[in-house]
Amino acid sequence: MYEHDVLIIGAGLAGLRASIEAARMGVDAAVITKVHPIRSHSNAAQGGINAPMTDRGDEWEGHALDTIKGSDYLADQDAVELMSREAGDAIIELEHMGVIFSRNEDGQLGARRFGGQKVARTFYVGAITGSAMLQVLYEQAIKHDVNFYEEWFVSNLIVEDGVCHGVMAMDIHTGELQMIRAKAVIMATGGAGRVFEPSTNALICTGEGLGLAYRAGAPLMDMEMIQYHPTTLAGSGILLSEAARGEGAYLLNAEGERFMKTYAPDYLELASRDVVSRSEQTEINEGRGIDGNIHLDLRHLGRTFIEERLGYLQEVALEFVGVDLAETSIPIRPGMHYIMGGIKTDINGATEVPGLYAAGETANVSVHGGNRLGANSLLDTIVFGRRTAIAAAEFANSAERHSSDESMLASEKARYQALLDRPADLRSAGIRREMGESMVAGIGVFRDQKSIDAATATVKELRSLYQRVAVDNKGKVFNTDIMAAIELDYMLDVAHAICAGANARKESRGAHYRTDMPDRDDENWLKHTLVYKDGEGSRVETLDVTITNWTPIERVY
Amino acid sequence: MEQTLRVKRYDPENPGEAGYQDYTVEVTDTTTVLDALLTIREDMDGTLSMRCSCRASICGSCAMRVDGQAKLVCKTRISSVAPNGETLTIDPVGNMPVIKDLVVEFKPFWDKMRAVTPYLQPEGVIPEAEYFASDEDMVHLVGVVNCIQCGACVSDCTVLEVDDSFLGPAALAKAYRFVKDPRDGHQKDRLEDLNKPSGVWDCTRCMQCVEVCPKDVDPMGRIMVMRDMAMETGFNNTSGSRHTESFAKSVKKNGRLDEMKLAVDSMGKFNIPALLDSAPVGLRAMRKGKFPWKGHKSSEPDKVKQIFEKIEGK
Repeated sequence: MYEHDVLIIGAGLAGLRASIEAARMGVDAAVITKVHPIRSHSNAAQGGINAPMTDRGDEWEGHALDTIKGSDYLADQDAVELMSREAGDAIIELEHMGVIFSRNEDGQLGARRFGGQKVARTFYVGAITGSAMLQVLYEQAIKHDVNFYEEWFVSNLIVEDGVCHGVMAMDIHTGELQMIRAKAVIMATGGAGRVFEPSTNALICTGEGLGLAYRAGAPLMDMEMIQYHPTTLAGSGILLSEAARGEGAYLLNAEGERFMKTYAPDYLELASRDVVSRSEQTEINEGRGIDGNIHLDLRHLGRTFIEERLGYLQEVALEFVGVDLAETSIPIRPGMHYIMGGIKTDINGATEVPGLYAAGETANVSVHGGNRLGANSLLDTIVFGRRTAIAAAEFANSAERHSSDESMLASEKARYQALLDRPADLRSAGIRREMGESMVAGIGVFRDQKSIDAATATVKELRSLYQRVAVDNKGKVFNTDIMAAIELDYMLDVAHAICAGANARKESRGAHYRTDMPDRDDENWLKHTLVYKDGEGSRVETLDVTITNWTPIERVY
Repeated sequence: MEQTLRVKRYDPENPGEAGYQDYTVEVTDTTTVLDALLTIREDMDGTLSMRCSCRASICGSCAMRVDGQAKLVCKTRISSVAPNGETLTIDPVGNMPVIKDLVVEFKPFWDKMRAVTPYLQPEGVIPEAEYFASDEDMVHLVGVVNCIQCGACVSDCTVLEVDDSFLGPAALAKAYRFVKDPRDGHQKDRLEDLNKPSGVWDCTRCMQCVEVCPKDVDPMGRIMVMRDMAMETGFNNTSGSRHTESFAKSVKKNGRLDEMKLAVDSMGKFNIPALLDSAPVGLRAMRKGKFPWKGHKSSEPDKVKQIFEKIEGK
């Protein structure tokens, strides 16, 4: 039995930033994570972090407008305003903590341009910005003496009378299940990319944070908003950063033409990601692809520039495809990358379940709406990681210690035991892959009622097959087999919620592009979709978008 | 085509059954070792345990030994290590205790990272905006921050094999990242710590870490720079520093190395216990003719001296 004031699940950028703030506030905070913090998927963010630096001529309103336009007016404008206003201080704080941001000739922070924005306000470390930031936040967490449960797998929340009082988790090294009580829990578990196949996301991005919150009664918001990144490798789905286009790379079709001039004459390759991915897919669908791909061309940037500014891209191209970016263009295509949707929170990270908070990709405070701008995800984690920790710590300070019912642990143990006892039947990986492929097919760059229905039906069928999932590994030590089986349980919930959101939204907006309903419908759908768990099924509600200063207008790039 | 992987198995709950297990999987030209291991784990044998996550050489989870050499298996294409379909032997990384199969205990690794005060320690007034720094300095540090802490260098470090107190290549590369950060105010303290036993002088320059690093971090090169920096900062009272000085002095004087003198200078003339300790090595070396009574001399010592003068005159 362990106890803390604030327990943070996940040690990526949002979780680590939250842990540092909680430590500063003097509460007993701990981070629980299924991989070592340095292995968290935030390390895969490449291009940079956006911030309007008002002390050097940029304006927060400009960044806010770009973000809101990028979101196709689905973002809550109060949340966006907060993020844009706090961004500058957040960057300076990161720099003071030790992030080795690139500089200009004057020794100040240097910036590059990113998609959906005309101003160069993306601060970066080569093409390893996420990794460089993650390392520094982990260093700061060490400095602040944060407690870590490293390689512990959270498989359930302790929820009594609708209030969250902690988690139940397995120490992966010993296989022992424990209750870890906390007055407040922050979900910072990242995305759910593996619900799709292929995806740019790491194998750990299984989205159980979303599933846990959903089962605890928190609604998942705008789950239909799935970002397909315009430049991912065919097959593996490995990401090539938007930084390439930010630094001037071209997208070419089979005719060697920079086709983006047709779709986004002003922003070209640097239109919003949903726009670029749709344009690429249209080119491919209309027969102007190259073996089902588009080419990303960096050759004109020159070898030295590529190696210094985009070194990681060159490494990926060389090692995984055998392509030297200075010599040859590289085949890419749109690939599932990010989920704008997530656990609905207020601007301080509070969910609808008392005691449960969320921040980062797993949350939806709604700064990304229908489409996230590149380099806004890192900003989201830093700004809302901090705010959420403050709110959670304040909640913990006023909450009573709760002594949870030990029988909950017994039933969680029984859940594991049932998997262990089941004789060999279906493997979790087979079901996961089938789910992933049907989600890409049904909830893709383009979708319609038929494809959404097909994905919904497949997920439902796979849910019934889940009862037959068995594990080979009956041991206690480092049993990744049983983890994968439990992860799949939550992934199926997440897949269901995504299908439910997609089915509910009867319009096209941002990443949710329905070929059978191609227009945005502000009259009826300037709304969020909320998927609640309801008995064995779910129900969908809607909620008006918060509009403050920016009236929705037509979105042109 | 088919590819066989011979995978090291170890289950602490059945330690008697440890050994290699062969799996044969279907692969293509671009299949990575990780892809093959995932196929095994997901479709053939769920009892196999390993760490892996990003599949894109950035998370650092999947360092393993492939045919005896530490590699990040996600970026190792099978066609590059087994061009003719040779059986590949997969072991866990070395110098760390095995937990299960390909999973090792990383705690000593992380503890050593923590031992180098792994966070920026600025001095003086904190500026309102960012610290000024040159892009050149920052780009230089990117080369070290590129370290994903996968443990490949630690696995194949020949010093750690015999002395687990050595901080090791990864932690020392991490230390370098702060020593060379223009914003850090504790460079001297850091060098003083790194100059102690288990620090920069314990590296034997075997190059293994440079060879196996999947991210070109060059840990050994960083260690050598920190040695120079420590000596320049005035930390000369180490056997390593004396060894360096004596080595150079001997070669400059005679055109060749006087190994007897080198040993005495390095340990210190009056360090009787250490000298006695190394006596057996000395005797063996003597038998091999390493210590001619007249000392080693180059046939043209003046030319060697000229080289020294040219370099030092720079």
